[in-house]
Amino acid sequence: MPDILTSLTLAEAREALRGRKFSAVELAQAHLSAMEQARVLNAYVLETPDRALAMAREADARLARGEPRPLEGLALGIKDMFATKDVRTTACSRMLENFVPTYESTVTANLWRDGAVMLGKLNNDEFAMGSSNESSVFGPVISPWRRTRARASNVPLVPGGSSGGSAAAVAAGLCLGATGTDTGGSIRQPAALTGIVGIKPTYGRCSRWGIVAYASSLDQAGPLARCVRDAAILLRSMAGYDLKDATSVDQDVPDYEAAVGKSIRAMRIGIPKEYRVDGMAPEIERLWTQGMQWLKTAGAEIVEVSLPHTRYALPAYYIVAPAEASSNLARYDGVRYGLRASARDIMDMYQSTRAQGFGAEVRRRIMIGTYVLSAGYYEAYYLRAQKVRTLIKRDFDNVFADGVHAVLAPATPSAAFALEDKSTSDPVAMYLNDVFTVTVNMAGLPGICVPAGLSEEGLPLGLQLIGRAFEEETLFSLAQVIEQAAGRFSPQRWW
Amino acid sequence: MLVDAQTVRRIAHLARIAVAEEEVEHLRGELNAILAFVEQLTELDVAGVEPMTSVIPTKMNRREDKITDGGIPDAIVKNAPAIDDHFFVVPKVVE
Repeated sequence: MPDILTSLTLAEAREALRGRKFSAVELAQAHLSAMEQARVLNAYVLETPDRALAMAREADARLARGEPRPLEGLALGIKDMFATKDVRTTACSRMLENFVPTYESTVTANLWRDGAVMLGKLNNDEFAMGSSNESSVFGPVISPWRRTRARASNVPLVPGGSSGGSAAAVAAGLCLGATGTDTGGSIRQPAALTGIVGIKPTYGRCSRWGIVAYASSLDQAGPLARCVRDAAILLRSMAGYDLKDATSVDQDVPDYEAAVGKSIRAMRIGIPKEYRVDGMAPEIERLWTQGMQWLKTAGAEIVEVSLPHTRYALPAYYIVAPAEASSNLARYDGVRYGLRASARDIMDMYQSTRAQGFGAEVRRRIMIGTYVLSAGYYEAYYLRAQKVRTLIKRDFDNVFADGVHAVLAPATPSAAFALEDKSTSDPVAMYLNDVFTVTVNMAGLPGICVPAGLSEEGLPLGLQLIGRAFEEETLFSLAQVIEQAAGRFSPQRWW
Repeated sequence: MLVDAQTVRRIAHLARIAVAEEEVEHLRGELNAILAFVEQLTELDVAGVEPMTSVIPTKMNRREDKITDGGIPDAIVKNAPAIDDHFFVVPKVVE
């Protein structure tokens, strides 16, 4: 029974709970025990069994009364970037290792309002800065996936990042779905590397209030889930206008689930020629062509499009994101919350606190950000990068103005890589993982990654669909077509 | 535009991050790798292009100008490393 409960989709579990096939407490217990058995993956940085069972009991009471809320009794994991009231929230940084918020983030509050159950807090790259989940102070997350080739099958792989704990937990059946945040690909890249679905909604769709800030003009929350329908269900609850986030958008949240299974006939799908990068792996190229074929078979029209400034998105990102991070992370001064290093005077306190509290990648990005914003360099770097951003957004505007409904592209340049493969060398090698996802954040658009096949080594590969602002529904309809054609993928259990 | 050791020390000071002397050379290499990577933006002609200020064109909502929160000093100082009553305590600033 427990194994069955943790392999259901969120939609299946919802129906079973409403049909009283099992209780929310049983569902929570099955997940708590799966989490215990999977600790080697290091997906959770904090398990909250008492909270989970209390929430599940409340859900069972509602179900018994026949008054279920949209997510009643559904067991979720929460990325440790979301502030959860009275539950330690660290951003996986030493800086916040003892931080216990006295408030709840809007996105998680929305999930609890709709009846969801919290299983615990999920691992991520420190302050969400990374693409492999190796920069967490709690140590790396191990992907539940392994290569199938005998020789290499024991090599631990990364789940991607920064939402690596979320991705690993969803793929391994340690929750029915999870929250993530995406600044340059942090939901979509790990979703692709673990064979699950992840969507970064339009900037402003989900409130950023109560999410540990990284780069405020790029950060968005979104769900990771085992199928397209589950992602649609979760996004509906997470999204919405919030007075506490001045950039959240006052627009009704549609019933995303209703878009799942809708016909895509006569939709125009753009294939950006600039995404055909030099040295692209043949298996990625094949997957992409396969994706076009599937959409065409379902009645969509495939057209080549041009997004000429694509190659400048990643370098512009590595100016804008560190610049905003350096401002946002200035708040960690050892005074109001977080770590304080012992020091002889106040300057020493600031400097020692920040040297001890931040890990290497975070320090690096703060320093780059400080440099590009410093006197004499602001125009050459930050202002120029913001102008490039306008050009990137204009590329998409032009394509959409030509009647294209969505753009189809690869999600990542390769399948999952081994632990320490990219984290020990040049930082830029790691940054290149986000080459296909980062344009979407720069333009504020919605992007969904959906699993589309396996690599030659037996690892999941994903495709990405990029939509017009606030047209997430189109993405759910298109992604469902790919999911139906490709099937779903789960790792062989070895833990 | 590559940085030298002196610039690394200056940036570290501006960022209020203590950097040990033996870390400077390594950091210089890493920062220069990133700066070399972003250098390709100079290829682009951005004359006359407006810098992006907001990805989604929206008008900023204004709320009524009244106090909606407050009176929670215990919660405010709850995570502070050092407090005295409801005050944050820091090392002596003025001699």
